[in-house]
Amino acid sequence: MKKYGASVILVVILLAAWEIGARIVNYPFILPTPTGILTKLWDLRMDLLFKHLPATLSIVVIGLLISVVLGVLLAVWMNWSPLIERAFYPLIIASQMIPTIAIAPVFVLWFGYSIWSKVIVTVLITFFPITVSTFDGLRSTNKELKELMLTMGATKKDIFFKLNIPSALPHFYSGLKVAVTFSIIGAAIGEWLGAQAGLGYFSRRMMTQFDAAGVFAPIVILSALGILFFIIVVGFEKRSLKWRKTE
Amino acid sequence: MNKSVLSFQNVSFTYKNGDQAILKSLNLDVKEGEFVSIVGASGSGKSTLFRLITGLEQQSEGDIMINGQSYEKRLGKVGYMPQQDLLLPWRTILDNAALPLELHNVSKASAHRQVSQLLEEFGLKGYENRFPSDLSGGMKQRVSFLRTVLSGSNVLLLDEPFSALDAITRLSMQEWLLEQWQKRKHTILFITHDVNEALFLSDRIFIFSDKPVSHLEEIQVPLSRPRTQKDLNQQRVLDVKDYLIEQLRSKVNT
Repeated sequence: MKKYGASVILVVILLAAWEIGARIVNYPFILPTPTGILTKLWDLRMDLLFKHLPATLSIVVIGLLISVVLGVLLAVWMNWSPLIERAFYPLIIASQMIPTIAIAPVFVLWFGYSIWSKVIVTVLITFFPITVSTFDGLRSTNKELKELMLTMGATKKDIFFKLNIPSALPHFYSGLKVAVTFSIIGAAIGEWLGAQAGLGYFSRRMMTQFDAAGVFAPIVILSALGILFFIIVVGFEKRSLKWRKTE
Repeated sequence: MNKSVLSFQNVSFTYKNGDQAILKSLNLDVKEGEFVSIVGASGSGKSTLFRLITGLEQQSEGDIMINGQSYEKRLGKVGYMPQQDLLLPWRTILDNAALPLELHNVSKASAHRQVSQLLEEFGLKGYENRFPSDLSGGMKQRVSFLRTVLSGSNVLLLDEPFSALDAITRLSMQEWLLEQWQKRKHTILFITHDVNEALFLSDRIFIFSDKPVSHLEEIQVPLSRPRTQKDLNQQRVLDVKDYLIEQLRSKVNT
Protein backbone atom coordinates (compact mmCIF):
# COMPACT_ATOMS: atom_id res chain seq x y z
CA MET A 1 0.00 0.00 0.00
CA LYS A 2 2.87 2.30 0.84
CA LYS A 3 4.18 1.72 -2.70
CA TYR A 4 1.04 3.08 -4.35
CA GLY A 5 0.08 5.67 -1.72
CA ALA A 6 1.53 8.64 -3.61
CA SER A 7 -0.16 7.79 -6.88
CA VAL A 8 -3.51 7.13 -5.16
CA ILE A 9 -3.36 10.57 -3.55
CA LEU A 10 -2.51 12.16 -6.90
CA VAL A 11 -5.43 10.43 -8.63
CA VAL A 12 -7.83 11.57 -5.91
CA ILE A 13 -6.60 15.16 -6.25
CA LEU A 14 -6.95 15.08 -10.05
CA LEU A 15 -10.44 13.59 -9.87
CA ALA A 16 -11.50 16.19 -7.32
CA ALA A 17 -10.16 19.00 -9.51
CA TRP A 18 -11.99 17.54 -12.48
CA GLU A 19 -15.23 17.25 -10.53
CA ILE A 20 -15.04 20.84 -9.30
CA GLY A 21 -13.94 22.20 -12.69
CA ALA A 22 -16.71 20.39 -14.54
CA ARG A 23 -19.30 21.68 -12.11
CA ILE A 24 -18.10 25.24 -12.59
CA VAL A 25 -18.09 24.92 -16.40
CA ASN A 26 -21.46 23.23 -16.20
CA TYR A 27 -21.76 21.85 -19.74
CA PRO A 28 -22.29 18.16 -18.84
CA PHE A 29 -22.80 17.11 -22.47
CA ILE A 30 -19.25 18.31 -23.28
CA LEU A 31 -17.37 17.94 -19.99
CA PRO A 32 -18.97 15.37 -17.71
CA THR A 33 -18.07 15.06 -14.05
CA PRO A 34 -16.44 11.88 -12.75
CA THR A 35 -19.51 11.18 -10.67
CA GLY A 36 -21.63 11.74 -13.76
CA ILE A 37 -19.55 9.14 -15.62
CA LEU A 38 -19.95 6.67 -12.78
CA THR A 39 -23.71 7.21 -12.75
CA LYS A 40 -23.79 6.63 -16.50
CA LEU A 41 -21.70 3.51 -16.08
CA TRP A 42 -24.19 2.18 -13.57
CA ASP A 43 -27.20 3.04 -15.79
CA LEU A 44 -25.68 1.33 -18.82
CA ARG A 45 -24.14 -1.60 -16.93
CA MET A 46 -26.23 -4.32 -18.55
CA ASP A 47 -25.57 -3.16 -22.10
CA LEU A 48 -21.90 -2.40 -21.52
CA LEU A 49 -20.99 -5.54 -19.62
CA PHE A 50 -23.06 -8.13 -21.44
CA LYS A 51 -23.20 -6.83 -24.98
CA HIS A 52 -20.27 -4.54 -25.72
CA LEU A 53 -17.62 -5.91 -23.38
CA PRO A 54 -17.85 -9.48 -24.79
CA ALA A 55 -17.51 -8.11 -28.33
CA THR A 56 -14.36 -6.17 -27.48
CA LEU A 57 -12.98 -8.93 -25.30
CA SER A 58 -13.19 -11.49 -28.09
CA ILE A 59 -11.33 -9.15 -30.46
CA VAL A 60 -8.60 -8.62 -27.90
CA VAL A 61 -8.23 -12.31 -27.03
CA ILE A 62 -8.29 -13.58 -30.62
CA GLY A 63 -5.96 -10.79 -31.75
CA LEU A 64 -3.47 -11.48 -28.96
CA LEU A 65 -3.49 -15.23 -29.55
CA ILE A 66 -2.77 -14.75 -33.24
CA SER A 67 -0.04 -12.23 -32.43
CA VAL A 68 1.67 -14.51 -29.93
CA VAL A 69 1.65 -17.52 -32.25
CA LEU A 70 2.67 -15.48 -35.29
CA GLY A 71 5.23 -13.38 -33.43
CA VAL A 72 6.94 -16.28 -31.69
CA LEU A 73 7.06 -18.42 -34.83
CA LEU A 74 8.48 -15.56 -36.85
CA ALA A 75 11.06 -14.81 -34.16
CA VAL A 76 12.15 -18.45 -34.02
CA TRP A 77 12.34 -18.61 -37.79
CA MET A 78 14.41 -15.42 -38.01
CA ASN A 79 16.72 -16.70 -35.30
CA TRP A 80 17.13 -19.96 -37.16
CA SER A 81 18.06 -18.47 -40.51
CA PRO A 82 19.96 -15.23 -41.14
CA LEU A 83 18.43 -15.12 -44.62
CA ILE A 84 14.92 -15.08 -43.17
CA GLU A 85 16.01 -12.40 -40.71
CA ARG A 86 17.36 -10.19 -43.50
CA ALA A 87 14.19 -10.72 -45.52
CA PHE A 88 11.62 -10.17 -42.79
CA TYR A 89 13.13 -7.78 -40.28
CA PRO A 90 12.87 -4.64 -42.45
CA LEU A 91 9.29 -5.56 -43.38
CA ILE A 92 8.35 -5.94 -39.74
CA ILE A 93 9.76 -2.51 -38.96
CA ALA A 94 8.03 -1.04 -42.02
CA SER A 95 4.71 -2.49 -40.92
CA GLN A 96 4.93 -0.29 -37.84
CA MET A 97 5.40 2.85 -39.93
CA ILE A 98 1.93 2.48 -41.41
CA PRO A 99 -0.47 4.72 -39.50
CA THR A 100 -2.90 2.15 -38.14
CA ILE A 101 -5.81 4.55 -38.06
CA ALA A 102 -5.33 5.29 -41.75
CA ILE A 103 -5.13 1.71 -42.91
CA ALA A 104 -7.88 0.34 -40.67
CA PRO A 105 -10.70 1.49 -43.04
CA VAL A 106 -9.16 -0.74 -45.72
CA PHE A 107 -9.68 -3.74 -43.46
CA VAL A 108 -13.29 -2.71 -42.93
CA LEU A 109 -13.57 -2.56 -46.71
CA TRP A 110 -12.18 -6.07 -47.03
CA PHE A 111 -13.75 -7.80 -44.07
CA GLY A 112 -16.81 -5.68 -43.50
CA TYR A 113 -18.17 -5.19 -40.00
CA SER A 114 -17.23 -8.73 -39.01
CA ILE A 115 -14.89 -9.34 -36.10
CA TRP A 116 -11.93 -9.95 -38.45
CA SER A 117 -11.41 -6.35 -39.53
CA LYS A 118 -10.90 -5.46 -35.87
CA VAL A 119 -8.78 -8.53 -35.15
CA ILE A 120 -6.42 -7.56 -37.96
CA VAL A 121 -5.95 -4.06 -36.61
CA THR A 122 -5.17 -5.58 -33.22
CA VAL A 123 -2.72 -8.08 -34.68
CA LEU A 124 -1.02 -5.37 -36.73
CA ILE A 125 -0.07 -3.39 -33.66
CA THR A 126 0.55 -6.21 -31.18
CA PHE A 127 2.67 -8.68 -33.13
CA PHE A 128 5.50 -6.18 -33.41
CA PRO A 129 6.51 -5.95 -29.74
CA ILE A 130 6.14 -9.72 -29.37
CA THR A 131 8.21 -10.59 -32.44
CA VAL A 132 10.99 -8.10 -31.80
CA SER A 133 11.38 -8.85 -28.11
CA THR A 134 11.25 -12.63 -28.57
CA PHE A 135 13.78 -12.40 -31.37
CA ASP A 136 16.12 -10.26 -29.25
CA GLY A 137 15.64 -12.74 -26.42
CA LEU A 138 16.60 -15.70 -28.60
CA ARG A 139 19.63 -13.83 -29.83
CA SER A 140 20.70 -12.91 -26.31
CA THR A 141 21.51 -16.57 -25.60
CA ASN A 142 24.91 -16.77 -23.96
CA LYS A 143 27.39 -18.21 -26.46
CA GLU A 144 29.54 -19.75 -23.71
CA LEU A 145 26.56 -21.61 -22.29
CA LYS A 146 25.84 -22.93 -25.75
CA GLU A 147 29.41 -24.16 -26.14
CA LEU A 148 29.35 -25.72 -22.71
CA MET A 149 26.22 -27.64 -23.60
CA LEU A 150 27.84 -28.74 -26.85
CA THR A 151 30.78 -30.17 -24.91
CA MET A 152 28.23 -32.22 -22.98
CA GLY A 153 27.03 -33.67 -26.25
CA ALA A 154 23.87 -31.55 -26.63
CA THR A 155 21.99 -31.68 -29.93
CA LYS A 156 20.55 -28.65 -31.74
CA LYS A 157 17.16 -29.57 -30.33
CA ASP A 158 18.56 -29.70 -26.78
CA ILE A 159 20.12 -26.27 -27.20
CA PHE A 160 16.87 -24.83 -28.50
CA PHE A 161 14.59 -26.19 -25.80
CA LYS A 162 16.91 -26.14 -22.82
CA LEU A 163 18.83 -22.96 -23.57
CA ASN A 164 17.34 -20.67 -26.24
CA ILE A 165 13.76 -20.78 -25.04
CA PRO A 166 14.49 -20.18 -21.34
CA SER A 167 16.88 -17.35 -22.31
CA ALA A 168 14.20 -15.70 -24.45
CA LEU A 169 11.37 -16.05 -21.93
CA PRO A 170 11.99 -12.83 -19.92
CA HIS A 171 12.18 -10.86 -23.18
CA PHE A 172 9.02 -12.50 -24.44
CA TYR A 173 7.17 -11.37 -21.33
CA SER A 174 8.38 -7.79 -21.75
CA GLY A 175 7.00 -7.83 -25.29
CA LEU A 176 3.75 -9.38 -24.15
CA LYS A 177 3.23 -6.70 -21.51
CA VAL A 178 3.51 -4.01 -24.17
CA ALA A 179 1.30 -6.02 -26.52
CA VAL A 180 -1.62 -6.47 -24.11
CA THR A 181 -1.89 -2.75 -23.53
CA PHE A 182 -1.69 -2.10 -27.27
CA SER A 183 -4.32 -4.76 -27.94
CA ILE A 184 -6.99 -2.73 -26.14
CA ILE A 185 -6.10 0.33 -28.22
CA GLY A 186 -6.15 -1.75 -31.41
CA ALA A 187 -9.55 -3.20 -30.69
CA ALA A 188 -10.99 0.22 -29.81
CA ILE A 189 -9.61 1.82 -32.99
CA GLY A 190 -11.02 -1.02 -35.07
CA GLU A 191 -14.42 -0.61 -33.49
CA TRP A 192 -14.41 3.12 -33.98
CA LEU A 193 -14.06 2.67 -37.70
CA GLY A 194 -16.65 0.05 -38.25
CA ALA A 195 -18.54 -2.23 -35.92
CA GLN A 196 -21.99 -3.11 -34.70
CA ALA A 197 -21.03 -3.73 -31.11
CA GLY A 198 -18.09 -3.22 -28.76
CA LEU A 199 -16.93 -0.65 -26.27
CA GLY A 200 -15.16 1.47 -28.90
CA TYR A 201 -18.24 1.42 -31.10
CA PHE A 202 -20.47 2.37 -28.18
CA SER A 203 -18.23 5.26 -27.22
CA ARG A 204 -18.39 6.65 -30.74
CA ARG A 205 -22.18 6.28 -30.89
CA MET A 206 -22.53 8.28 -27.68
CA MET A 207 -20.37 11.01 -29.20
CA THR A 208 -22.78 11.48 -32.08
CA GLN A 209 -25.50 11.90 -29.44
CA PHE A 210 -23.51 14.54 -27.53
CA ASP A 211 -23.49 12.32 -24.48
CA ALA A 212 -20.03 12.98 -23.04
CA ALA A 213 -20.58 10.80 -19.99
CA GLY A 214 -21.62 8.03 -22.36
CA VAL A 215 -18.35 8.46 -24.27
CA PHE A 216 -16.34 8.15 -21.11
CA ALA A 217 -18.17 5.22 -19.54
CA PRO A 218 -16.91 2.56 -21.99
CA ILE A 219 -13.44 4.13 -21.87
CA VAL A 220 -13.36 3.48 -18.14
CA ILE A 221 -14.10 -0.19 -18.82
CA LEU A 222 -11.47 -0.32 -21.59
CA SER A 223 -8.84 1.05 -19.23
CA ALA A 224 -9.83 -1.38 -16.51
CA LEU A 225 -9.59 -4.20 -19.05
CA GLY A 226 -6.09 -3.10 -20.05
CA ILE A 227 -4.94 -2.98 -16.45
CA LEU A 228 -6.47 -6.38 -15.75
CA PHE A 229 -4.71 -7.97 -18.73
CA PHE A 230 -1.43 -6.43 -17.66
CA ILE A 231 -1.79 -7.83 -14.15
CA ILE A 232 -2.57 -11.29 -15.56
CA VAL A 233 0.58 -11.23 -17.68
CA VAL A 234 2.68 -10.08 -14.72
CA GLY A 235 1.20 -12.99 -12.74
CA PHE A 236 2.26 -15.50 -15.39
CA GLU A 237 5.65 -13.85 -15.63
CA LYS A 238 6.28 -14.15 -11.90
CA ARG A 239 5.25 -17.79 -11.93
CA SER A 240 7.46 -18.86 -14.79
CA LEU A 241 10.44 -16.68 -13.87
CA LYS A 242 10.62 -17.62 -10.21
CA TRP A 243 14.39 -17.71 -10.39
CA ARG A 244 14.57 -14.01 -11.07
CA LYS A 245 15.18 -11.89 -8.04
CA THR A 246 12.65 -9.09 -8.10
CA GLU A 247 14.55 -6.71 -5.88
CA MET B 1 47.96 -46.86 -14.05
CA ASN B 2 50.02 -46.14 -17.12
CA LYS B 3 47.32 -46.30 -19.75
CA SER B 4 47.21 -43.19 -21.89
CA VAL B 5 43.83 -41.43 -21.70
CA LEU B 6 44.64 -38.40 -23.79
CA SER B 7 47.24 -38.03 -26.46
CA PHE B 8 48.05 -35.54 -29.18
CA GLN B 9 49.94 -36.85 -32.17
CA ASN B 10 51.49 -34.17 -34.36
CA VAL B 11 48.51 -31.89 -33.88
CA SER B 12 48.49 -28.57 -35.72
CA PHE B 13 45.81 -25.96 -35.43
CA THR B 14 45.06 -22.55 -36.90
CA TYR B 15 41.81 -20.64 -36.33
CA LYS B 16 39.76 -20.39 -39.49
CA ASN B 17 40.18 -16.65 -39.92
CA GLY B 18 43.49 -16.40 -38.07
CA ASP B 19 46.77 -16.08 -39.86
CA GLN B 20 48.98 -17.40 -37.09
CA ALA B 21 49.12 -21.08 -36.23
CA ILE B 22 48.40 -21.80 -32.56
CA LEU B 23 49.72 -25.35 -32.42
CA LYS B 24 52.27 -26.90 -34.70
CA SER B 25 52.72 -30.67 -34.74
CA LEU B 26 52.35 -30.87 -31.00
CA ASN B 27 52.69 -34.14 -29.14
CA LEU B 28 51.50 -34.76 -25.64
CA ASP B 29 50.44 -37.66 -23.56
CA VAL B 30 48.43 -37.80 -20.33
CA LYS B 31 48.18 -41.00 -18.34
CA GLU B 32 45.21 -42.37 -16.52
CA GLY B 33 44.68 -40.83 -13.09
CA GLU B 34 47.17 -38.01 -13.59
CA PHE B 35 46.68 -34.45 -12.46
CA VAL B 36 48.29 -32.18 -15.02
CA SER B 37 48.36 -28.39 -14.86
CA ILE B 38 48.89 -26.12 -17.82
CA VAL B 39 50.43 -22.72 -17.19
CA GLY B 40 51.26 -19.98 -19.63
CA ALA B 41 50.76 -16.31 -20.29
CA SER B 42 47.30 -15.10 -21.35
CA GLY B 43 46.67 -15.61 -25.02
CA SER B 44 49.23 -18.39 -25.29
CA GLY B 45 46.63 -20.85 -26.52
CA LYS B 46 45.83 -22.75 -23.33
CA SER B 47 42.11 -22.39 -23.84
CA THR B 48 42.51 -23.37 -27.48
CA LEU B 49 44.00 -26.64 -26.30
CA PHE B 50 40.81 -27.30 -24.32
CA ARG B 51 38.61 -26.29 -27.22
CA LEU B 52 40.41 -28.89 -29.32
CA ILE B 53 40.11 -31.64 -26.74
CA THR B 54 36.40 -31.02 -26.15
CA GLY B 55 35.77 -30.98 -29.89
CA LEU B 56 34.57 -27.37 -30.12
CA GLU B 57 37.40 -26.94 -32.63
CA GLN B 58 38.83 -29.45 -35.07
CA GLN B 59 42.57 -29.79 -35.55
CA SER B 60 43.96 -28.93 -38.97
CA GLU B 61 46.38 -31.86 -38.85
CA GLY B 62 47.29 -34.76 -36.63
CA ASP B 63 45.33 -36.96 -34.32
CA ILE B 64 43.74 -36.45 -30.91
CA MET B 65 43.05 -39.67 -29.06
CA ILE B 66 40.78 -39.93 -26.04
CA ASN B 67 41.04 -43.22 -24.14
CA GLY B 68 43.02 -44.61 -27.03
CA GLN B 69 40.35 -43.79 -29.56
CA SER B 70 40.23 -41.17 -32.24
CA TYR B 71 36.79 -39.68 -32.91
CA GLU B 72 35.32 -37.89 -35.88
CA LYS B 73 33.31 -35.71 -33.49
CA ARG B 74 34.71 -35.42 -29.98
CA LEU B 75 31.85 -33.39 -28.48
CA GLY B 76 30.51 -35.08 -25.39
CA LYS B 77 33.56 -37.27 -24.79
CA VAL B 78 35.25 -35.35 -21.98
CA GLY B 79 34.00 -33.30 -19.04
CA TYR B 80 34.66 -29.57 -19.32
CA MET B 81 34.44 -27.04 -16.52
CA PRO B 82 34.64 -23.42 -17.65
CA GLN B 83 36.16 -20.45 -15.90
CA GLN B 84 32.81 -18.89 -15.03
CA ASP B 85 30.47 -21.33 -13.37
CA LEU B 86 28.01 -21.00 -16.30
CA LEU B 87 25.09 -22.42 -14.39
CA LEU B 88 21.68 -21.97 -15.98
CA PRO B 89 20.06 -19.28 -13.82
CA TRP B 90 16.54 -20.65 -14.37
CA ARG B 91 17.39 -24.13 -13.16
CA THR B 92 17.62 -25.22 -9.54
CA ILE B 93 20.90 -26.65 -8.27
CA LEU B 94 19.49 -30.15 -8.67
CA ASP B 95 18.46 -29.55 -12.28
CA ASN B 96 21.69 -27.76 -13.11
CA ALA B 97 23.80 -30.66 -11.91
CA ALA B 98 21.51 -33.13 -13.70
CA LEU B 99 21.92 -31.39 -17.07
CA PRO B 100 24.61 -33.69 -18.55
CA LEU B 101 22.61 -36.75 -17.49
CA GLU B 102 19.52 -35.27 -19.07
CA LEU B 103 21.42 -34.72 -22.31
CA HIS B 104 22.41 -38.37 -22.27
CA ASN B 105 18.73 -39.26 -22.04
CA VAL B 106 18.85 -40.48 -18.45
CA SER B 107 15.34 -40.32 -17.01
CA LYS B 108 14.63 -37.37 -14.74
CA ALA B 109 13.98 -39.52 -11.68
CA SER B 110 17.20 -41.46 -12.12
CA ALA B 111 19.19 -38.28 -12.84
CA HIS B 112 17.85 -36.64 -9.71
CA ARG B 113 18.70 -39.72 -7.68
CA GLN B 114 22.28 -39.70 -8.93
CA VAL B 115 22.68 -36.00 -8.15
CA SER B 116 21.09 -36.32 -4.72
CA GLN B 117 23.56 -39.03 -3.73
CA LEU B 118 26.45 -36.68 -4.41
CA LEU B 119 25.07 -33.45 -2.94
CA GLU B 120 26.39 -34.10 0.55
CA GLU B 121 29.94 -34.77 -0.59
CA PHE B 122 29.88 -31.61 -2.66
CA GLY B 123 28.70 -29.56 0.30
CA LEU B 124 25.42 -28.73 -1.36
CA LYS B 125 23.00 -30.63 0.82
CA GLY B 126 19.90 -28.52 1.48
CA TYR B 127 20.51 -26.33 -1.53
CA GLU B 128 19.05 -28.66 -4.16
CA ASN B 129 15.98 -26.54 -4.74
CA ARG B 130 17.71 -23.17 -4.61
CA PHE B 131 18.69 -21.18 -7.65
CA PRO B 132 22.30 -20.33 -8.56
CA SER B 133 21.75 -16.68 -7.61
CA ASP B 134 21.28 -17.81 -3.98
CA LEU B 135 24.75 -19.39 -3.81
CA SER B 136 28.21 -18.05 -3.05
CA GLY B 137 30.99 -18.16 -5.63
CA GLY B 138 32.63 -21.22 -4.10
CA MET B 139 29.36 -23.12 -3.97
CA LYS B 140 28.56 -22.29 -7.57
CA GLN B 141 31.92 -23.69 -8.59
CA ARG B 142 31.17 -26.86 -6.65
CA VAL B 143 27.88 -27.23 -8.53
CA SER B 144 29.77 -26.64 -11.75
CA PHE B 145 32.31 -29.30 -10.79
CA LEU B 146 29.57 -31.72 -9.80
CA ARG B 147 28.01 -31.17 -13.21
CA THR B 148 31.37 -31.86 -14.85
CA VAL B 149 31.81 -35.06 -12.86
CA LEU B 150 28.33 -36.19 -13.90
CA SER B 151 29.30 -35.88 -17.54
CA GLY B 152 30.46 -39.41 -16.87
CA SER B 153 33.80 -38.97 -18.55
CA ASN B 154 37.05 -40.10 -16.93
CA VAL B 155 38.89 -37.07 -18.35
CA LEU B 156 38.03 -33.69 -16.85
CA LEU B 157 39.24 -30.36 -18.23
CA LEU B 158 39.17 -27.51 -15.73
CA ASP B 159 39.77 -24.04 -17.15
CA GLU B 160 40.91 -21.69 -14.35
CA PRO B 161 37.94 -22.76 -12.24
CA PHE B 162 39.00 -20.92 -9.08
CA SER B 163 40.36 -17.71 -10.56
CA ALA B 164 37.30 -15.67 -9.61
CA LEU B 165 37.31 -16.77 -5.97
CA ASP B 166 38.89 -14.96 -3.05
CA ALA B 167 42.20 -16.30 -1.75
CA ILE B 168 40.85 -18.20 1.26
CA THR B 169 37.98 -19.83 -0.60
CA ARG B 170 40.41 -20.73 -3.32
CA LEU B 171 42.71 -22.58 -0.92
CA SER B 172 39.91 -24.63 0.54
CA MET B 173 38.54 -25.37 -2.93
CA GLN B 174 41.97 -26.64 -3.99
CA GLU B 175 42.13 -29.00 -1.02
CA TRP B 176 38.60 -30.14 -1.67
CA LEU B 177 39.34 -30.73 -5.34
CA LEU B 178 42.34 -32.92 -4.49
CA GLU B 179 40.19 -34.97 -2.13
CA GLN B 180 37.59 -35.49 -4.82
CA TRP B 181 40.20 -36.37 -7.39
CA GLN B 182 41.88 -38.93 -5.16
CA LYS B 183 38.56 -40.52 -4.40
CA ARG B 184 37.22 -40.67 -7.94
CA LYS B 185 40.39 -41.49 -9.87
CA HIS B 186 39.67 -39.05 -12.65
CA THR B 187 42.31 -37.71 -14.94
CA ILE B 188 42.38 -33.92 -14.62
CA LEU B 189 43.82 -31.26 -16.89
CA PHE B 190 43.86 -27.95 -15.12
CA ILE B 191 44.57 -24.55 -16.62
CA THR B 192 45.80 -21.91 -14.21
CA HIS B 193 47.67 -18.63 -13.94
CA ASP B 194 48.62 -19.31 -10.40
CA VAL B 195 51.98 -21.06 -9.98
CA ASN B 196 51.26 -22.04 -6.36
CA GLU B 197 47.99 -23.59 -7.38
CA ALA B 198 49.70 -25.60 -10.11
CA LEU B 199 52.42 -26.83 -7.72
CA PHE B 200 49.99 -27.77 -4.99
CA LEU B 201 47.65 -29.72 -7.24
CA SER B 202 49.64 -31.36 -9.98
CA ASP B 203 51.77 -34.35 -10.78
CA ARG B 204 53.12 -32.61 -13.84
CA ILE B 205 53.05 -29.04 -15.10
CA PHE B 206 53.08 -28.13 -18.78
CA ILE B 207 54.39 -24.70 -19.73
CA PHE B 208 52.91 -23.14 -22.80
CA SER B 209 55.65 -21.50 -24.82
CA ASP B 210 55.54 -19.07 -27.72
CA LYS B 211 53.13 -19.50 -30.58
CA PRO B 212 52.95 -21.67 -32.53
CA VAL B 213 53.30 -24.22 -29.77
CA SER B 214 55.23 -27.21 -31.01
CA HIS B 215 56.66 -28.41 -27.74
CA LEU B 216 55.48 -28.22 -24.17
CA GLU B 217 58.08 -27.91 -21.50
CA GLU B 218 57.21 -30.32 -18.78
CA ILE B 219 57.98 -30.15 -15.06
CA GLN B 220 57.56 -32.95 -12.57
CA VAL B 221 56.35 -31.61 -9.21
CA PRO B 222 58.80 -32.86 -6.55
CA LEU B 223 56.14 -33.68 -3.96
CA SER B 224 54.45 -36.88 -2.88
CA ARG B 225 50.82 -37.18 -1.85
CA PRO B 226 48.95 -36.41 0.31
CA ARG B 227 50.20 -32.83 0.42
CA THR B 228 49.46 -29.79 2.47
CA GLN B 229 49.84 -26.14 1.61
CA LYS B 230 52.91 -26.07 3.92
CA ASP B 231 54.76 -28.47 1.62
CA LEU B 232 54.99 -25.64 -0.87
CA ASN B 233 57.62 -24.05 1.39
CA GLN B 234 60.14 -26.84 0.86
CA GLN B 235 63.32 -25.64 -0.81
CA ARG B 236 63.10 -27.92 -3.84
CA VAL B 237 59.53 -26.75 -4.47
CA LEU B 238 60.59 -23.14 -4.15
CA ASP B 239 63.33 -23.76 -6.70
CA VAL B 240 60.79 -25.16 -9.15
CA LYS B 241 58.52 -22.22 -8.45
CA ASP B 242 61.28 -19.72 -9.19
CA TYR B 243 62.04 -21.53 -12.40
CA LEU B 244 58.36 -21.52 -13.42
CA ILE B 245 57.96 -17.82 -12.72
CA GLU B 246 61.09 -17.08 -14.67
CA GLN B 247 59.80 -19.09 -17.62
CA LEU B 248 56.45 -17.35 -17.58
CA ARG B 249 58.04 -13.93 -17.24
CA SER B 250 60.34 -14.46 -20.19
CA LYS B 251 57.28 -15.47 -22.22
CA VAL B 252 55.54 -12.23 -21.31
CA ASN B 253 58.55 -10.10 -22.17
CA THR B 254 59.06 -11.46 -25.65
